[in-house]
Amino acid sequence: MLTTQFLLLGAVLFCIGVYGVLARKNAVMVLMSIELILNSVNINLLAFSVRHGSVDGNTFALYVIAIAAAEVGVGLAMVLLIYRNRRTIALDDLSEMKG
Amino acid sequence: MIATDLLVAQNVGFGIISLLMIIGAVRVVTVNNVVHAALWLVIVLSGAAAQYLLLSAEFVAITQVLVYVGAVMVLFLFGTMLTRARIGAESDLNNKNWILGIPVAILTLGVMAYVIVDGFGSERLIENPGDTQPIPIQVISDDIFGPYLLPFWALSFVLLVAVIGAIVLARKD
Amino acid sequence: MLAQEMTSEVVASTGWFLEHAWLIPVIPAIAFVLIIFFGKKMPMKGSELGVLSMLSSLVFSGGAAWQWIQRVNSVVDGAHEAVVEGAYHAAPYVQPVIHEWTWWQSGGFHFGIGQHIDGLALTLLVVVAFISSLVQIYSLEYLRGDRRYTHFFAALTLFSAGMLCMVLAPNMVQLILGWEIMGLCSFMLIGHWWEEEANSRAALKAFFTVRVGDVGLLIGTAILFFSANNWTQKNLGVSGFNISGLSAWAMSGEASHSALTWGAVALFIACIGKSGQFPLHTWLPDAMAGPTPVSSLLHSSTMVVAGVFLVARLYPIFWEGMKIGDTNINFIVLIGGITIVIAALLAFVQHDIKKVLAYSTVSQLGYMMMGLGAGAWLPAVFHIFTHAFFKACLFLSAGSVSHSGSHHSFDMKKDMGGLAKKMPITATTWIISTLALAGVFPLAGFFSKDEIIDNVGYGGYNAFMIVGLTGAFLTAAYMTRATYLTFFGEARGAAAGIHHDVHDAHAVVDTHTSHDTHVAVDSHDAHADHGPHESPKLITVPLMILAALALTAGLFNATPFGESWERLKKYVEPGSEYVVVGAETASEDGAQAVTMSVASMSVSSEEKVTKEGCAVVAPEAGMACYFPTVSHAPFKWSKAALSLIIVALGLVSSWMFCVQYYTRRNRRLVGLTERNKALRGGYTFLWNKYYLDELYEKVIVHSIAHPIAKAVYWVNQNILDSIVNGAGKVSRRVAGWVYRNIDQRVVDGAVNGSGAAARGTGGALRPVQSGKVNQYGALLFSAAAIGALILVIINT
Repeated sequence: MLTTQFLLLGAVLFCIGVYGVLARKNAVMVLMSIELILNSVNINLLAFSVRHGSVDGNTFALYVIAIAAAEVGVGLAMVLLIYRNRRTIALDDLSEMKG
Repeated sequence: MIATDLLVAQNVGFGIISLLMIIGAVRVVTVNNVVHAALWLVIVLSGAAAQYLLLSAEFVAITQVLVYVGAVMVLFLFGTMLTRARIGAESDLNNKNWILGIPVAILTLGVMAYVIVDGFGSERLIENPGDTQPIPIQVISDDIFGPYLLPFWALSFVLLVAVIGAIVLARKD
Repeated sequence: MLAQEMTSEVVASTGWFLEHAWLIPVIPAIAFVLIIFFGKKMPMKGSELGVLSMLSSLVFSGGAAWQWIQRVNSVVDGAHEAVVEGAYHAAPYVQPVIHEWTWWQSGGFHFGIGQHIDGLALTLLVVVAFISSLVQIYSLEYLRGDRRYTHFFAALTLFSAGMLCMVLAPNMVQLILGWEIMGLCSFMLIGHWWEEEANSRAALKAFFTVRVGDVGLLIGTAILFFSANNWTQKNLGVSGFNISGLSAWAMSGEASHSALTWGAVALFIACIGKSGQFPLHTWLPDAMAGPTPVSSLLHSSTMVVAGVFLVARLYPIFWEGMKIGDTNINFIVLIGGITIVIAALLAFVQHDIKKVLAYSTVSQLGYMMMGLGAGAWLPAVFHIFTHAFFKACLFLSAGSVSHSGSHHSFDMKKDMGGLAKKMPITATTWIISTLALAGVFPLAGFFSKDEIIDNVGYGGYNAFMIVGLTGAFLTAAYMTRATYLTFFGEARGAAAGIHHDVHDAHAVVDTHTSHDTHVAVDSHDAHADHGPHESPKLITVPLMILAALALTAGLFNATPFGESWERLKKYVEPGSEYVVVGAETASEDGAQAVTMSVASMSVSSEEKVTKEGCAVVAPEAGMACYFPTVSHAPFKWSKAALSLIIVALGLVSSWMFCVQYYTRRNRRLVGLTERNKALRGGYTFLWNKYYLDELYEKVIVHSIAHPIAKAVYWVNQNILDSIVNGAGKVSRRVAGWVYRNIDQRVVDGAVNGSGAAARGTGGALRPVQSGKVNQYGALLFSAAAIGALILVIINT
């Protein structure tokens, strides 16, 4: 078991998540991609927790999970609200700016 | 030699799970059906829980299954159903300049991979798998309610605000 | 060189008020909560809670000050007995009363909250509580019938709580807390009448300009914490946020010099923002958009001295970091000197009486900074003390004039003049404070300002002594002009009873809004028909109290009358004595007495006798210094006479000019600025406030934002177009861009004048804010990746 294994897995998941955030139009899909990013961070946290023999990584992984749950809840509520007002959840169509 | 065998077994397990997770993650961001994407995400998240078990973090793994696979996925499916009339495949899930994401992701991955390999090389994370014990939950709770009590408070507050905010945002009036 | 000759136990007396000084900010904080929740149901709409809480804070600070005086007496008497005859003895260091409790902790870091009571803190506490009480009483009348009366008192009370909290902060965390509360309240109070767009814009400007400086506060605190934490933990057992710990660290001679310098520079940038020093002073005159009591309390006598207080509080850090002990020009003295002159010049071209006072405040703050930068610590603190009284009095008098004399106008040229007969009390208090500000003997300003100028020269900063004298001349002159325009000469506009509702564009923003708010009250509408009259008692009594103090406050540290009059020097200035570390707080009988070890130093070499103590020689192991040895200029009547003559010249020449210019309409003077090119140029330059606002909005914001925006826009358009539409669209977009950004803006800019600046900035930034989340994300992540790549390349 090498340290790099876990860190590389985290990096790969992170980059896939980044791609998803950038490429997806549907707001729900963007939220899912963000979940990927958060999970990759958790893998890193736990790997370092083992590496340093400290329990802090576990603690913060739990905090990240809690934050992710809150984020999904609020995010989906916002998506619902947007859908109700506009009948679409495509992020491209949400812009009101004239850039 | 048992230790080495166990190590091999763990490595094989890690390989299989990682492969599944990466395939799943790629499908999540490429598939043209929101429900399918959500199901692929379940695979990734369960794989992550398995990885946590390999890292001897049982409590986090259980929480991952409960919160993510249980609650968050249900939320996603509900969200999908509430916001979309039809469940079937859709062609335009990607935005116009989706191609921009590929170079950015590859650049990020390249930099991170280089840094990780350069920094940790062939360092062993777990020398002897027999030595690693699962972290007792008591230790975690001591950590949470000891030095990291303040973040815990802040987090509780965030959760409260999120619950109230979600209700306010989503209710009809 | 030094030998520790003897250590004596001196028992410093203490008392209930000293030990419980932390209650002083807690009382108004509780009052704030009560006013917010129950204020509207109270008989006086919550204002009584504010006034009562401020009065009780005043009682508490007064009690604490009294006990502090006894404490100093007990230590000084004890130290005198302990001194060996003939040996040099530095001024004894009176241990401040420090209590600290853990406020919160995270991952091993402990953040404390508590009190650090010494002479400096008590001076400020008494001044803040006193001025706040008077201003709140004054506001009872001034804001009667205002539609947000309760909220006004709530914000005013919270502001006082924040200031008091900052003043007695034992560590940087609490100091930042108070500092930010003040910033927030300042924003709320400047924008009190936010319906008027100019008011909310002024509030935003004040908030953002101060925020620019506040970044320095955070950075400086971080620098100092990480450099000092190890030392303070090891030697004093306190964290690197602790103020006395930081002081001891800076004076220990073991501190890294670059950390000290950068920490001091960063903290001083915060002071520049908060105290309206030269490049960031532009917010302070705009802040006059708030109600007059707010200007009086926040933007003249208390909040803006927070920056000066920070320098005074962490003086060892600035002393070492800026090398104040040397006579080379340092950052602080330079900024202070520039501020004095440029602000005083600006005060000459203002039509608005409050803006004259605002620039005067900026200029006086410059005096304080210059004093601190030149090693004149005590005169600067003394100037905070005296300035608070006469500047508060000036502002409140101006408010009284607008309230009862000029029908809510602040325009001296249009709506005032000849009010001295109609409003005798206001005129008297104004004139007393003006003379105090100008520094006429024996009023308050003379003692403090002259001492600053004197000590700056004595400290070796001769050039800045001349700057100080120039400032004194200018101060006397512009204040005479304001006095003449307001109270003498012929009555104009509203002062003559002419009722006009339409004001010029340059009339103050206060005018319209206060006009609206007072219409609702019948008893106040009546006075419009009667013309100017004296203000009611709730306004004049605070004025008279403040004027009495403007007359006498200088006697608290009257250097000319000999050492027995220098009370502030004895009770406020910390001693520069070496203190044995770790011997404090050995409590006896229920913590009523604090035992302190005082180590007397004797000097073996004779030539060092005159200059010995902290900052000259680094303390030995086990000892700590908390304050540098500062020199005090001996008072000479010849030097005082010089500055008095200069002040008199300023007063007389300005008076003559005003009589000739405004009343006699002397042909040779009137219209001089139109005829003479050089003078016109100077006037325009001043009228536009040195073009600093234009510099910030047009040049800096544009030159930074514009090219970036253009580049981003270019990248966006080209990538999009090459993928989607091909080259044809590029030319159309470019043409469109030229139309939108150049045509439209130039035309609009010509039409709309000042409004165009803000809009133009927005227009330039518009392409960045495309509203497409994915593009933002792509930019963010690629920038992060490229940044990481650069770091990797640098490190390999």
